[in-house]
Amino acid sequence: MESQTHKEGSYTILRLSGEIDFHVSPKVREAVLAGLDEGQNLLVDLSGVSYIDSSGIASLVEGYQHAKGKSLSFALLGVRDGVMSVLKLTRLDKVFPMFDSVEAATAANK
Amino acid sequence: MTQATSGNAVIEVENLVVGYGDRTVLNGITLSVDSGEIRVIMGGSGSGKTTLLRSLLGLKEIASGSIHLLGKKFHYGYPKHMSEVRRQMGVAFQGGALFGSMTVGENIRLPLREHTRLDENTMRIMTRIKLELVNLAGFEDLMPSELSGGMVKRAALARSIILDPKLLFFDEPSAGLDPVTSAELDELILRVRGATRTTIVVVTHELDSALKIADRITVLGKGEVLMTGTVEEIRNSDDSRIQDMLHRRPREEDQDPEDYLRRLTAKRH
Repeated sequence: MESQTHKEGSYTILRLSGEIDFHVSPKVREAVLAGLDEGQNLLVDLSGVSYIDSSGIASLVEGYQHAKGKSLSFALLGVRDGVMSVLKLTRLDKVFPMFDSVEAATAANK
Repeated sequence: MTQATSGNAVIEVENLVVGYGDRTVLNGITLSVDSGEIRVIMGGSGSGKTTLLRSLLGLKEIASGSIHLLGKKFHYGYPKHMSEVRRQMGVAFQGGALFGSMTVGENIRLPLREHTRLDENTMRIMTRIKLELVNLAGFEDLMPSELSGGMVKRAALARSIILDPKLLFFDEPSAGLDPVTSAELDELILRVRGATRTTIVVVTHELDSALKIADRITVLGKGEVLMTGTVEEIRNSDDSRIQDMLHRRPREEDQDPEDYLRRLTAKRH
């Protein structure tokens, strides 16, 4: 798993790639919470993620709740089929805001 | 009959022989289960299906033959090098096997505590995700004794999938459940496989459930594989023992009068 962050205005974009399992999900959690603790809105780009287990999903859920507590926006970008099916199984596809691109996410938040 | 040669197999059993004392219960079982498959193992009482499950889980020592799970040769009793394989396996036992002294939530979290060092928040959310999945949201703080039979089974399923196993074993999911609850559990098994591609082995004697969920069914009889096939192949089999099972006919066993007399009168078995 690899992660990169960069900022675009009031948004931090966290780009994850590879497989997210319980070995690496603590790092995902840390990166998600760190971005939000800086007071930035957070977009988590999952377009490079081929697999995510439930510890990774749990880290995203915690991040989203954290963002709501701080009145920051949080969304997932580029969710692929494999990850989407896991989100659907747990009905979290109805919970997370999801967009195809940074532009679509920021436009929706204006 | 399926031979254990597929490169995609996550379970490969070859010529498995298992017994209790002098009595052979499994007499040369060979089967393989492909990745992502739902395999139902069926058979009546005494067919050896429970012994096969116990052998696959490392709870019963084998006499000869071999078992490979997730590409690793399996050894009885889970020596240390099997711990990674074990982590990737989930088991939901017939009776639930929940610890009565722990809440439902703690029971479900147990494998996380044993195998991971995840943050408490992560573990709590994972537990609740699985509880939602099995329709037990809000039951986290109850004790197992406060749950109905169907709820105990669902809690056991939640615990068995808490680590997102690659291989899930399910022992008699329908036993003791009413038809509606049983059908819900079947749906759940199908949904879990659909979303996670988990390989699932279900041991059952419930025909309706088997026909609904199986990709392939292995029918055991007297410790041997009578047939492995798709639901359609099983239905069309001309083996009288398979047809007896499908039509719930009592077994008409060949009776050897001399053998029968000997069994009744022998001083020792």
